[in-house]
Amino acid sequence: MNLKPETFSRIDEVIPHYPVKRSAALPLLHLVQEDQGYISQEAIEWIAAKLELQPINIYELVTFYPMFRQKPIGRRHIKVCRTLSCALMGGYKACGEFEKQFNTHRGEISPDGEVTIEFVECLASCGTAPVVMIDDDLHEKVDCAKARELSARIKTEAATRQ
Amino acid sequence: MSAPSQRRLIFQHIDEPGYTNDLACYLKHGGYEVMKRAFARKPEELIDEVKKSGLRGRGGAGFPCGVKWTLVDRKSGKPIYLVVNADESEPGTFKDRYIIHQDPHQMIEGIMISCHANNVKQAYIYIRGEFPGGARILEKAIAEARAANFVGPNILGTNYSCEIYVHRGAGAYICGEETGLIESLEGKRAYPRIKPPYFPAVLGLDQCPTIVNNVETLCHVKHIVGMGGEAYSKIGTPNNTGTRILCVSGQVQRPGYYEYEVGKITMGQLLNEVCGGPLPGRTFKAVIPGGSSAKILRFGERFKGKRKVGAEMVDYDWGVEDVPMDFDSLGMIGTMGGSGGVIVMDDSVNMVEALGNINEFYAHESCGQCTPCREGSLWMKKITGRMVHGEGRSEDGALLKNVADQIAGRTICAFGEACAWPTQSFVLKFGDEFKAYPEAKKNAPADSLKLV
Amino acid sequence: MIAPPKPELVTVNIDGREIAVPKGTNIIEAARMVSVDVPHYCYHPKLTVVGNCRMCLVEMGLPAVDPATKAPIMDPATGKQKINWMPRPTIGCATNASPGLHIRTTSPMVKECREGVMEFLLINHPLDCPICDQAGECKLQEQATGYGRGYSRFIEQKNVKPKRTLLGPRVVLDDERCVLCSRCIRFCKEVAKDDVLGFIDRGSYSTLTAYPGKKLENNYSLNTVDICPVGALTSTDFRFKMRVWFLKQTNSIDTESSVGANTVVWSREGVIYRLTPRRNDAVNDTWMADSGRLLYKQVRTDDRLATVQVNGAESGRDIAVNAASERFKQGGVAIVGSGRSSVEEQFLAKKLAAALKAPAYLVSRVGKGDNLLISADRNPNVRGALVTGLIQTLPSAHLTELAASIDAGRIKTVVSLGEDLTAAGLSAAQLAKVSVIYLGTHANPTSAAAKIVFPGLTVFEKNGTFVNQQFRLQKFHKAVPGFTGAIDDLTVLAKLVAAASSSGTAVASEINALWTSLAAEIPALGTVLFKNLPETGLLLDSTPWAGLPYAESATLHYQLAQPALATA
Ligand SMILES: Cc1cc2nc3c(=O)[nH]c(=O)nc-3n(C[C@H](O)[C@H](O)[C@H](O)COP(=O)(O)O)c2cc1C
Ligand code: SF4
Ligand code: SF4
Ligand code: FES
Ligand code: FES
Repeated sequence: MNLKPETFSRIDEVIPHYPVKRSAALPLLHLVQEDQGYISQEAIEWIAAKLELQPINIYELVTFYPMFRQKPIGRRHIKVCRTLSCALMGGYKACGEFEKQFNTHRGEISPDGEVTIEFVECLASCGTAPVVMIDDDLHEKVDCAKARELSARIKTEAATRQ
Repeated sequence: MSAPSQRRLIFQHIDEPGYTNDLACYLKHGGYEVMKRAFARKPEELIDEVKKSGLRGRGGAGFPCGVKWTLVDRKSGKPIYLVVNADESEPGTFKDRYIIHQDPHQMIEGIMISCHANNVKQAYIYIRGEFPGGARILEKAIAEARAANFVGPNILGTNYSCEIYVHRGAGAYICGEETGLIESLEGKRAYPRIKPPYFPAVLGLDQCPTIVNNVETLCHVKHIVGMGGEAYSKIGTPNNTGTRILCVSGQVQRPGYYEYEVGKITMGQLLNEVCGGPLPGRTFKAVIPGGSSAKILRFGERFKGKRKVGAEMVDYDWGVEDVPMDFDSLGMIGTMGGSGGVIVMDDSVNMVEALGNINEFYAHESCGQCTPCREGSLWMKKITGRMVHGEGRSEDGALLKNVADQIAGRTICAFGEACAWPTQSFVLKFGDEFKAYPEAKKNAPADSLKLV
Repeated sequence: MIAPPKPELVTVNIDGREIAVPKGTNIIEAARMVSVDVPHYCYHPKLTVVGNCRMCLVEMGLPAVDPATKAPIMDPATGKQKINWMPRPTIGCATNASPGLHIRTTSPMVKECREGVMEFLLINHPLDCPICDQAGECKLQEQATGYGRGYSRFIEQKNVKPKRTLLGPRVVLDDERCVLCSRCIRFCKEVAKDDVLGFIDRGSYSTLTAYPGKKLENNYSLNTVDICPVGALTSTDFRFKMRVWFLKQTNSIDTESSVGANTVVWSREGVIYRLTPRRNDAVNDTWMADSGRLLYKQVRTDDRLATVQVNGAESGRDIAVNAASERFKQGGVAIVGSGRSSVEEQFLAKKLAAALKAPAYLVSRVGKGDNLLISADRNPNVRGALVTGLIQTLPSAHLTELAASIDAGRIKTVVSLGEDLTAAGLSAAQLAKVSVIYLGTHANPTSAAAKIVFPGLTVFEKNGTFVNQQFRLQKFHKAVPGFTGAIDDLTVLAKLVAAASSSGTAVASEINALWTSLAAEIPALGTVLFKNLPETGLLLDSTPWAGLPYAESATLHYQLAQPALATA
């Protein structure tokens, strides 16, 4: 498995945190996904071997926990909260705005490869609804105007990268 | 009667300008002093303080914390684990987030006191995957605490050692349920366990006795040990002691988190005074008082009965606004205080669609292990989804309610109730809207709020 | 014979009837004892309890006690201790009998629970019973009659899942029929120790699957088909061949190894369609190996022996017996018995050897044990040969002593009870030096070289007993009529014994009659008779044979005896 040296060392560090190796399955999946962007079949088998498990034991997890994905996504991951408090404050609209800005649909990679937009369930920030997570960062009170602003920022960053 | 002022115990420093989440700041504010004193005391005494305090769990079920700790199997010879439930995923709940991000050391102090009280040598913080920053903050805070000898080997020079590790979830609500959480922590699908026999206090993590407590609960432990169980029990109201963080979201002027003595503030005071009332031109229609799983209340309905005040039984006749925000009062009127998440809906909301939104959540989050919840939650979602996006029928309300009735009380875990209660209560209280929905939908304005 | 230990009993009350059950018995099993059926899907007596189907919900009550004094609270109306009924139903599979536990299985609440679960299980089910192979054995179909609504309130789109997935060479999966009970997964993990199955996705979209690129191909895969309560898992071999309700069931024993898994033979009009395991908690629980399930195929093969032969020509039974008798008179006879023969056959073989003063041998078959239900000893009945006294020491794979005797000219006639002597190490030259009398079912080099051949019966075509590795005497029954032309081995053996004995007295060949002398002559068998031998067998006292260097290592219910101390 071709991982960054840093990932390997963090993997070796985390396994002994648990009395039973299998407990390290979720941490390893996170680390590998952070490193690779998604969980490939190779990764499933590698993690299983690393934890002395069968591949099915890891495959069961990858498909149970929504944060793990088996395919690459856009460069940025836009997760819009779908749940009631956000919806009450216009979460669906905000999501629609992102989709419009990037000319894409939920669950797909935008044509420019820049983003993948998804609905997620309650992000535990309902008091500042509607909320959106872009990669690791939470954005609060995301109405349509703010969605446009965030989209513009992503596009600018993309442009400067090129 | 005007609303009392907040009593900020847990949230004392939240949003305080200049207060940072590093150890130095925490120490400057008297941090870890309670722990130092606690470590000089016998563990049993600490458990006793918690028992005396009357503290009830803040994760949702409101189970007395002291009782939970006495149920732990201490004779097995197996290690005892403490697992901190930082999964905060009940819709409408957003309190642990702020503790984790802004005051992690308060939480660590609470954890270490609780570990010492229960002779725990290893604690895990199970934090939801959607808090990546929170996980980093906790890891940094634990490292600081370890460096300062508050965590790790030979804490404070004693021969007691205890380690804390942070464990990240990955987006599954059911990991909040304590046995689902334990399975997840074991590296499995978060399938809640059957109880009996798998009570965490006896057969928890790796079949060892395990205490699962909510983040806020453990922070309260710090304050209880700090001020003494007796003193703490005087805060709040009898059997509903201490303070509680109420998370208000939805359609009010000032949503947010507010910490009050339990039972000292009513729903009306909270929503109208503290939160500034409905949005301009709107009126309150309904409120869910304890996280999306709690049964909904309809403004205008009345609750009558007898309740105990002191030693006497007195009559009560409450509107929604009159209900004190405590475990027992909310329980009495057929709903629950749950996780403290208050979700407000005004007259712009169609209740069929609001339920549709909730049903989608539960269908998505059911672990799929047991038949009634697995099949029932998706069926309910399909019905409300069809009502909103396709052909609604006037009998759908009754069908929904009947499906929900076939779930609650028959499942492995309380998710069964969590997914059934919204449907049961929405249909019961807004049956008229469900009947009228097929017609109402035709006349809905094009720009109306989208919930499903 | 060895008596099992007595369990501690507790009394519970099920639908008003009191019953004492071993402590720890769950409600499903306790109810079974009073003939009350608690329907269930996920519970399986030999797997861990997960409680996921919720079909076994019952009402539960406990005797009321005063919380302070713990004194019983009496009900003045009945004069008995008051029962506190729980407001919620509880699952029978995970509720263990405790003293005074009360259970209701017929109350309106229980009925409603079952109806609810049934409705839920059927909403996403394809309802394709007419083309489903499980029909007749489907628990869903069975319960639907009792607890089905009869009409559907479900008007939404059903979930779509994979159909006809080949999980492995012998098992097909239809995910739309799967009720997600996880029995198959637990079996693979807990019993077969081959974790290949699992659920993927979540909620109602949960789907049973094998890990991509891995197959369910372990030698126990077909047990998943047996325990799947619905038609989600089916056998590629049995699929669509025959509706089960047409089939006759006969108890039998797996002959693959000395484990002696208990089996059922499913047949119709003399044709066997399948073999399945039969529960025996002391031997194979509810399992058997896939390999053993194919053994019925040996009944109808082209190489079955179907005619009596003397000197290569078709002959009659009595002529052949007379021919054998002539050989016997010339002396120099050796008997090669078999660990595949029944106890009864071995008993007669022993008698034959005694009458002829002939040495008797057995041929061992040792393979690799799988630590589950196939032991290293691939003969089902070596211990029968010990018990009957046909042999005194454990056999070896090669008949070296016999070979030497042939070379030395001491042996002129060899009676082989189904053993291929060339496979057992005799050279063609050695075989040519002797006259072989062969009793067996299938053609092989020995039957081809034999002077006299008696075509015999397979285990499926006769009655008999085997002694397994635990020294458990187990019986098998005739499931189908004998192959045309074949003769019951016991008949032939009895005639040979009569021919060999000086007095010429007849020996019984009918199994029940034979058992009277068996029991009388073999102390280890005590008072056992074939007809009253329990279907799950009887443990014999094995002390006379303790410490022999048996080939087996541990299997499911067989532990290695402490290695005998090396005494000089
Ligand atoms: C479906 C479900 C979800 C839950 N989610 C959470 C959660 O996110 N956080 C939490 O602390 N407790 C949650 N709980 C409650 C826990 O099971 C458990 O009761 C709690 O963590 C115990 O802590 P406490 O006694 O300190 O409240 C949930 C319960 C259920 C049934
Ligand atoms: S009630 Fe729902 S969430 Fe809980 S175990 Fe059953 S299927 Fe899973
Ligand atoms: S395939 Fe059969 S045994 Fe396996 S989970 Fe599905 S219903 Fe149960
Ligand atoms: S509902 Fe969106 S953060 Fe809670
Ligand atoms: S048999 Fe499935 S829950 Fe009991």
